[in-house]
Amino acid sequence: MSILNQFKPEFWHNSELSTGPFRQMFNYRRIWKIAVLLISLVTLLPLIFITSIDYNFTQKSIDSENLLRTLRIGSNAKRSISFFLSERISALSFVVRTNNLQELSQPENLGIILTNLRDSFNGFVDLGVIDQNGLQINYVGPYPLEGKDYRDQEWFKEIKKKGFYISEVFLGFRNVPHLIIAAKHSLPDGSFYILRAALDTNRFNELLSDFELSGRGDAFLINHAGVIQTPTLYHSQIFEKIPYSVPTYSTHTEIREEKNKAKEDLIICSAFIPDSPYILIIVKKKDDLMKSWRETRFKLIIFLVISISVILLVILGVSTYMVNSMYLLDQRRLSTLHQVEYSNKLASIGRLAAGVAHEINNPLAIINEKAGLIKDIITYTDTGPKNSRIVELIDSVLASVERCGKITKRLLGFARHIDSAIENVQLGNIITEVLGFLHKEAEYRNIAIKINVADNIPEFQSDRGKLQQIFLNIINNAFSAMSDGGCLDIRVWREGESDVVASITDNGCGMSEGDLGKIYEPFYSTKTKTGGTGLGLSITYGLIQELGGKIHVTSRLGAGTTFTITLPLKPANPAKQDS
Amino acid sequence: MHVLLVDDEKEFVNTLAERLSFRGFKVDYAIRALDALALAEKNVYDLAVLDMKMPGTNGLELKGLLEKIQKDMKFIFLTGHGSEADYVAGSSESACYLVKPVKIDALIAKMLEAVKP
Repeated sequence: MSILNQFKPEFWHNSELSTGPFRQMFNYRRIWKIAVLLISLVTLLPLIFITSIDYNFTQKSIDSENLLRTLRIGSNAKRSISFFLSERISALSFVVRTNNLQELSQPENLGIILTNLRDSFNGFVDLGVIDQNGLQINYVGPYPLEGKDYRDQEWFKEIKKKGFYISEVFLGFRNVPHLIIAAKHSLPDGSFYILRAALDTNRFNELLSDFELSGRGDAFLINHAGVIQTPTLYHSQIFEKIPYSVPTYSTHTEIREEKNKAKEDLIICSAFIPDSPYILIIVKKKDDLMKSWRETRFKLIIFLVISISVILLVILGVSTYMVNSMYLLDQRRLSTLHQVEYSNKLASIGRLAAGVAHEINNPLAIINEKAGLIKDIITYTDTGPKNSRIVELIDSVLASVERCGKITKRLLGFARHIDSAIENVQLGNIITEVLGFLHKEAEYRNIAIKINVADNIPEFQSDRGKLQQIFLNIINNAFSAMSDGGCLDIRVWREGESDVVASITDNGCGMSEGDLGKIYEPFYSTKTKTGGTGLGLSITYGLIQELGGKIHVTSRLGAGTTFTITLPLKPANPAKQDS
Repeated sequence: MHVLLVDDEKEFVNTLAERLSFRGFKVDYAIRALDALALAEKNVYDLAVLDMKMPGTNGLELKGLLEKIQKDMKFIFLTGHGSEADYVAGSSESACYLVKPVKIDALIAKMLEAVKP
C-alpha cells in the first residue's frame, strides 16, 4: 500500500483544495476519473469492437472454410467411388456384349477374361455367367459356385429390370467383405445372360483412405439403411449401424453438423453414390478442425490484452500527468491569488492606518500645543500659578502626546512603504522599526530580544516595504513558536563585499524534518488551528527571491529555529524588481 | 523672524502662534489660503509654516502662490498626514517636511535652519 501511495499523484489527496463558487470544477480526482473513463471508452471500445468483429469473422471464415473443404472432398470422393463402380460395370458390360453366351460358357475363355480384368482393373475376385433362368452356367474363381441357382434372389430380379447391379458389401463364403457387380446382355430374341463378378473391398478402402481428410476425418460407406460397409477409424464395426442419423436421399453432396454421444461437435458430409446402394459418409470432429482457429484466437486475445494494457497505461500516464499539471498550475494560481489578496489587504491596512494616523495627529497636535501653551504661560509669564506639580503634569501630557505621535508616525512610515520602491535602506533600522510593532507583545510575554547589528553594515539599495514584510513575518513566526519567557536573538553581519546577512534565532518549539521540507509551500501551516494561513513563509520566500536574496532555515524539534536571510547589497535585477 | 502660520485647524494654529510669540518670533496666522495671501501682500515674512492639506488650496499650491508674492520666503510643511505622495512632494519642494505632532523645539530648530543663509 505504501508503494502504491508513492505513485499517487499530488492531486489525489488534495483533490478539492480550491476556493470560490466553482469549487466542484476543481475536483481533480473526478476530472482524472472522467478523463480516464472517456479516453478509455473512445479508444478501447473501437478496438474491442473491431477485434470482436475480426474474431467472429475469422471464426466463421475458418468454420465455413472447413465446411466447404469437407463438402469438396465429399463431392470428389463421391465421384471417385461412382467412377470406380461404373468403370467396373462398364468393363463387365463390354465383356458381356463382346462375347456371346457360348464363348462365355467356355471356362478357358472366362478364365482369360478374369485374368484380363484383374490386370486392367483391381479388385476382381471371380467371374460367373448366369443364364436367363438364373442358373450360373460358368464360373471362374476360388469357390465352387458353378451351377448355383440365383433365380429367386432379389438382385437377379432387379438386374432383369435395370440391366446392371451393384450389391451391398457382404461377407459371403470366404467370410471376407466383398461386393458383387453384374451386367446383363439382352439378345434380339428377348433372351439374356448375365456376367457377374465379385469385387474385393480392399480397393474401395484404399480409395477412401486416399482422400486427404484434415482434422482426423473419417470416410466410409454405409448402405441406405445406415449399416457400415467399409472400415471406419473411430466408429462402429463394419456391418453395424452408424451412431448418427441416416441422411435423407439427395442427388447432391450434403453437409450438416451434429453432436455425437460424447457431445462433441461433428461435421458430417454425406453423398448418395448414384446407381449403387452406398452412401458416402465423411465425419470430422469440429474440435480438431478448429485447431488452427484456436491458435489464431489465442494470438488475437494476446494481441488484445497487450493492446489494452498499453493503451490503458498510456491513458493513465497521460491523464495523470495532465491533471497533475493542471492541479499544480491551479495551486500556483491560488497561491498568487492569495498573495495578491494578502498584498491588497496589507495595502488597505496601510491606507487605513495612514487615515487613522492623520485623523489622530491633528487632535494630538492641538493637545500638544495647548499643553505646551499652558507650560509656556507658566514659564514665560507671571499670570499663571507657579506650581512645579502643574509643570510636571503638563510634561507628562506632552510625553504621552510624543509617544502617541511616535506610534502614528510609525504607522505612517509603514504605510508609506507598502508600494514597491527601491531606496537606500539600513537593515538594522528596518529590523528596529519592525520590532517597534512587537515590543509591547514582547514585554507582556516576557520575551527577551537581543539585537546585534555589526557596525560595518552599509546602507544599500533595496525595497523597504518588502524587507519590512519579510522581517515582520519571520519575527511574528518566532513569537508564535516561543512560549512566554522565550529569547529572540537577531544578528546582522556583512558577508564578503556583496552580501548582508541577518539571522533570527528563537528558542521556541522548533520544527520536525518533515515540516522543514514543506514550510515554503503555499498553504502549508503547522498553525492551522490557531488561524495560520500557510502563506506567510511562502510569501516571505517569494519576496526574498524578488530581492535577489536567499533564505535558509535550520531547526530542531523542541530546541528552536534559525532563519538566515542573505541579501545582496546591490539590487539583483532592477527589471524584475519593477515587475 | 517674521513667521506666517497657515493651517485650517484654528485651535492648533492660534496656539502655536502664541507659543512662538512667547519665544520671540513675530507670528501671523491664517486658517485659509486667501487670508494667508492677503497677509503676505501686506507683510514681509521670512518663513511660512504651511499645512499640507487644507480645504481648497493645499500647502504646495499655497507655497507657489506665496513665492510669487515673496520669492525669498522659506517654507516648512507641517501635516498630520504622512502619505507617500505628501512625503515625495514635500521633499521635492526643497522645504522641510514635519509630521504633527511636533515638539516646538524641533520646529524652531527647523525654522532657524530654513532661514539660515
